[in-house]
Amino acid sequence: MAKIYSQEALKGSKVLPKKETIQFLLNYSKALNVIKVGKISIEMMAN
Amino acid sequence: MANVQTPDALLVKNYIAGDENALSILINRHQSKIYGFIYSKLSDRDISDDIFQDTFIKVIKTLKSNSYNEEGKFLPWVMRISHNLIIDHYRRTKKMPMNRETEEFSIFSIMSDNVPNIESKLITAQVENDLRKLIEELPSEQKEVLMMRMYQDLSFKEISEMTGVSINTALGRMRYAIMNLRKVIDKHQIILTN
Repeated sequence: MAKIYSQEALKGSKVLPKKETIQFLLNYSKALNVIKVGKISIEMMAN
Repeated sequence: MANVQTPDALLVKNYIAGDENALSILINRHQSKIYGFIYSKLSDRDISDDIFQDTFIKVIKTLKSNSYNEEGKFLPWVMRISHNLIIDHYRRTKKMPMNRETEEFSIFSIMSDNVPNIESKLITAQVENDLRKLIEELPSEQKEVLMMRMYQDLSFKEISEMTGVSINTALGRMRYAIMNLRKVIDKHQIILTN
């Protein structure tokens, strides 16, 4: 029953994040460098 | 030829080793499930985008600092992070979850659509709307399992890992959710057909 009633909803409700959000994350990842010194993590962002 | 997909664990390993493309594959592979999960709890595209972004910032930082526990699976781990961030969001705003049906079934998108079977679309939206309202009436554990299974398309194994119950319990909750929906539909003679 659940399958019957939610089939249309599943098709129509495929929501995705904005492309800008994905691009930001990929750029952020490329720019971020984390160095661990003992228990301390140092984050460095490349400009 | 068989479509061989690189396992998540290998992509994570490659990403930690410096392969930035591995992150792109992981995001593309799981964005629908993760964003769908967040959106189902918030019903707001902008806030969902923020939570999705914060989730992956946390993922990136954890992986880059070599703090990721390889014993766990990648998707349930990311889902747990997003789940915690959603709770933080509600704590900050001190608001209860709110359903904004107009966002999901926008009347303007229906009106501006020139597809001929507009009546069918309206009926479908109404059926979906009614069903969502019925689902909202279910006990929270049953609702959670049903939403994860039917709307986020998660397997019962993934559901059990995320909710911290056994697969049998998750299956049982799904069964009771469907039985309870049937009861309400029969009792009130609701017609859910298109």
